[in-house]
Amino acid sequence: MEGDIAQMGQFIGAGLASVGMGGAAVGVGNVAGNYLSGALRNPSAAASQTATLFIGIAFAEALGIFSFLVALLLMFAV
Amino acid sequence: MATEAQGAEEGGLVFHPMDQFIVKPLFGMGEVGAFTITNVTLWMALTVVCIILLLVMGTSRRAIVPSRSQSIAEMMYGFVYKMVEDVTGKDGVKYFPYIMTLFMFILVSNFLGLLPMAFTTTSHIAVTGVLAMMVFLAVTILGFVKNGIGFLGLFWVSSAPLALRPILALIEVISYFVRPVSHSIRLAGNMMAGHAVIKVFAAFAAIAAISPLSILAITAMYGLEILVSGIQAYVFAILTCVYLKDALHPAH
Repeated sequence: MEGDIAQMGQFIGAGLASVGMGGAAVGVGNVAGNYLSGALRNPSAAASQTATLFIGIAFAEALGIFSFLVALLLMFAV
Repeated sequence: MATEAQGAEEGGLVFHPMDQFIVKPLFGMGEVGAFTITNVTLWMALTVVCIILLLVMGTSRRAIVPSRSQSIAEMMYGFVYKMVEDVTGKDGVKYFPYIMTLFMFILVSNFLGLLPMAFTTTSHIAVTGVLAMMVFLAVTILGFVKNGIGFLGLFWVSSAPLALRPILALIEVISYFVRPVSHSIRLAGNMMAGHAVIKVFAAFAAIAAISPLSILAITAMYGLEILVSGIQAYVFAILTCVYLKDALHPAH
């Protein structure tokens, strides 16, 4: 019984951790959207900023990956 | 077989999506020790062989009109060189071989991992953790060697108001030490998540009613994974460049 409740908590926690994906989606969308709107206003400056775009996406995405990691830890390591 | 049957009972899937990441000894069924030759060893060795084939064999003829393999090798070299030069500046170019090595190793092992039945070495935090830790140590040591105690100026944001600076310094120190963690987990997590999603859809393909849909989804995910493999190698390399720039020019 106690193990069942612990396992239930594990599954609920892993599911809740997946909510973090939404945050990463908002972040990455924000970065890419703002890049695009800036790039359309000044297309000549766009090419030099693609590296910054990818760095921004990588930082925003890392936090989503952390939530994935929390879900994985709850499912397999706890 | 035992794990497959158990997985089918528990999740209703034919096989467990995480089974593909199990490290197995290549010969026999013994324990995995420090020097056991495992599937990780095999695929890492294949990665190195592929890089050598591409870069050494590709540029061995050195024709004026490049062959296909030579132009691929030259494009790789030029791409990474330009990236290092753009992000780190002129004085970062002498660390180009290290970044080229990192980029090629991650790129080729990501792509090899996409082959059916292959093992993705970069999906293991043990592998990416070592790569990221090497970058972290190298950058920290380099920063102190190049700038002496002035490297600590990286944490002292001189453009902020004086009252805010200690708080900002604390945040900067924390974010500095989280670097190897996020650097390694970003790569491993991306690779692991993509491959696990493909396997989940592959397990759905066993159900006749939705198998065409899931095969379509696998194809789409596979295309996305090719994109992600390239982008993650690029991101790893460019973040290394950014950290290197911080070490060479720590002033804010």
